[in-house]
Amino acid sequence: MIKYLLKKEFKQILRNSFLPKMIFIFPFMVLMVFPWAASYEIKNLNLSVIDNDHSTFSRQLTQKIISSRYFILTDVSPNYNKALTSIEKNVSDIILEIPADFEKSIVNRQGSKVMISANAVNGMKGGIGMTYLNSIVMDFNMDIIQKMMPAKAGTNSTPTIQLDTQYRFNPNLNYRVFMVPALMVMILTLLCGFLPAISIVFEKELGTMEQINVSPVPKSLFILAKLIPFWIIGFIVITIGFIIAWAVYGLIPAGYFSTIYLFAAIYILAVSGLGIVISNYASTLQQAMFIVFFFMMLFIMLSGLYTPIDSMPEWAKWIAAFNPLKHFMEVMRSVYLKGSNPIQLIKELFALVGFAIFFNSWAILSYKKKN
Amino acid sequence: MKQLVSFIRKEFYHILRDKTTMMILLLMPIIQIILFGFALTTEVKNTEVAVLVPTNDEASSRIIDKINASAYFDVVEKIHHTDEIQPVFRDARAKLIVVFEDHFTEKLRQTGKAHIQLIADATDPNAATSFTFYASNIINSYQQELREATSNPYLIMPEIKMLYNPQMIGAFNFVPGVLGMIMLLICAMMTSIAIVREKEMGTMEILLVSPMKPIYIILSKITPYFVLSCVNFATIMLLSVFVLKVPIAGGFISLVAVSLLYIFVSLSLGLLVSTLTNSQQAAMLISGMGLMIPVMLLSGMIFPIENMPVALQWLSDIVPAKWYISAVKAIMIKGLGITSVLKEIGILSLMSLVLVTISLKKFKIRLE
Repeated sequence: MIKYLLKKEFKQILRNSFLPKMIFIFPFMVLMVFPWAASYEIKNLNLSVIDNDHSTFSRQLTQKIISSRYFILTDVSPNYNKALTSIEKNVSDIILEIPADFEKSIVNRQGSKVMISANAVNGMKGGIGMTYLNSIVMDFNMDIIQKMMPAKAGTNSTPTIQLDTQYRFNPNLNYRVFMVPALMVMILTLLCGFLPAISIVFEKELGTMEQINVSPVPKSLFILAKLIPFWIIGFIVITIGFIIAWAVYGLIPAGYFSTIYLFAAIYILAVSGLGIVISNYASTLQQAMFIVFFFMMLFIMLSGLYTPIDSMPEWAKWIAAFNPLKHFMEVMRSVYLKGSNPIQLIKELFALVGFAIFFNSWAILSYKKKN
Repeated sequence: MKQLVSFIRKEFYHILRDKTTMMILLLMPIIQIILFGFALTTEVKNTEVAVLVPTNDEASSRIIDKINASAYFDVVEKIHHTDEIQPVFRDARAKLIVVFEDHFTEKLRQTGKAHIQLIADATDPNAATSFTFYASNIINSYQQELREATSNPYLIMPEIKMLYNPQMIGAFNFVPGVLGMIMLLICAMMTSIAIVREKEMGTMEILLVSPMKPIYIILSKITPYFVLSCVNFATIMLLSVFVLKVPIAGGFISLVAVSLLYIFVSLSLGLLVSTLTNSQQAAMLISGMGLMIPVMLLSGMIFPIENMPVALQWLSDIVPAKWYISAVKAIMIKGLGITSVLKEIGILSLMSLVLVTISLKKFKIRLE
């Protein structure tokens, strides 16, 4: 019986004018375009300088900042209000104000100050810009001290802690390495979550559900027949993903493809199961889509892809723990970057198997043949 | 005019009599804004840190105390040998390791120079950069303290001001973003089935043989969703001001004006999808799934647009959410007036004009 049911499902998908195109084009477009978009890396910050001093020192400081690779000088403003306007217009990100008598007070051994004002609407970006600028000013200060009193430089009067940073597993902070596996998970989730969700509601709206309900097809077999096509689609999609990741971004997992396929097989079941649960409860296509959309957003936003889970409040961490997407993302990242094997990922394996069993049993139980 | 009113009434009935869908439409944004408003933040909190200290001495323990005392980090482990670094990362016991060189204090006192290495787990590069950023801030502030204590006559003191968001609260950045994203997606998903549903149900025929002009049909389709979206906007605003504590620093009226325009753009986008597709299925997939990723990634809500390659920056220009989010940030967070967002308003108006024109052009008044 399952053979005929599957035949029906495949025909329904393949003879649709839209679905087969979507299944191939969607992963392709997303993976070609969006890995380039994702980066928090802050470079080329726009700087406004207010130089009230016009001295050798102030010019040297400005020069030093521009020659660092972080800042682009957008304007030299006559006063603070002018500079603030360029921040308001998003022309510049950070303001450096050098006070009048900057050089004079340093030469007179009174010390001096500079004012740094950063646009902190995006707190992270503002903070990083401020730190860069601050450290360049400190560097400049060292140069001056060296010049003014060569004997004292480098002794305990100007203690300097040299910092260097090392990034393990992804030393060049390649965001593509991070985003491509993540986007593959997102595509898989969207396709294998949205499509099953509409498949049952669609039959309800068309009225063909009646025919299934009066047939001798058992509930579990019907659900299985709905699941298997998406399972196969999922495999096709993830294989397309592997090929693009390798051909375009040169990414090959440090671990085995078979590990990813194993986890993907379980993950697709879990997500499609959720889709079918939703479509059992929804009575119109619109309802189904909105509920799936709600869950997809929840999964994606609370997966740790955009903002670290560690930063979330306690209750959100709990939601994240029950987020299948987060677990699969973890698997992808570990296999791609760290070369983990299923034994090391045993926690994720159990979690995903759990989700798959839970959603699919629910899907079978909630499917009612009676109206 | 009377015709238009009665058609609008018909559309209202369509929505009001489907209670479940309406509940979903009204409740969903509420849950989303609360969840995302609280949960999305790049602020680092209580991240596990391990320290490698070959020699226990004064300066290194001062720095470790400072790191531990900050809200960002918890020092969970002290290791003594470089061989122990790898296992710490592998077992995910810490995300960042602060490595002091041996005889740290001694070197700092005598030569004035000492060395610290920060090693971060960069499987998530975004998190790794923020960890090293916060850690270097703490170490720099210690260095600053040392320097002040030694009172150097040539010292340049930086005075730092964080504009608009002095406490660097994540919600200030994410609330406008989430607002722009939710409004666009919900509006587009609502209207995208408006016309295609009539096509599927066969009721389109009745509309087409009526004396209504296409523009009236489109207007009557948009109006109830417009009202519904305004209700959604109002609840989101109330929640973000009173629950998420994001103040409206600028003019409330200009914020409302921009938002109404944005709702109209989003609804027209859905309408365009509706006129172009032939099935509800396709319409919903395009507006739900197809728009979700571009809006998330190219609106500037999460990843700064100015860091993207130029081609993507152009692409982001056609995402309405980008302009709206930028306008909301200017009015709501920076507290600027409507004159500073004229560019955004102009672009959004142009977009709505283009979208409505194409929808009208593509609206087939002949039966196929």
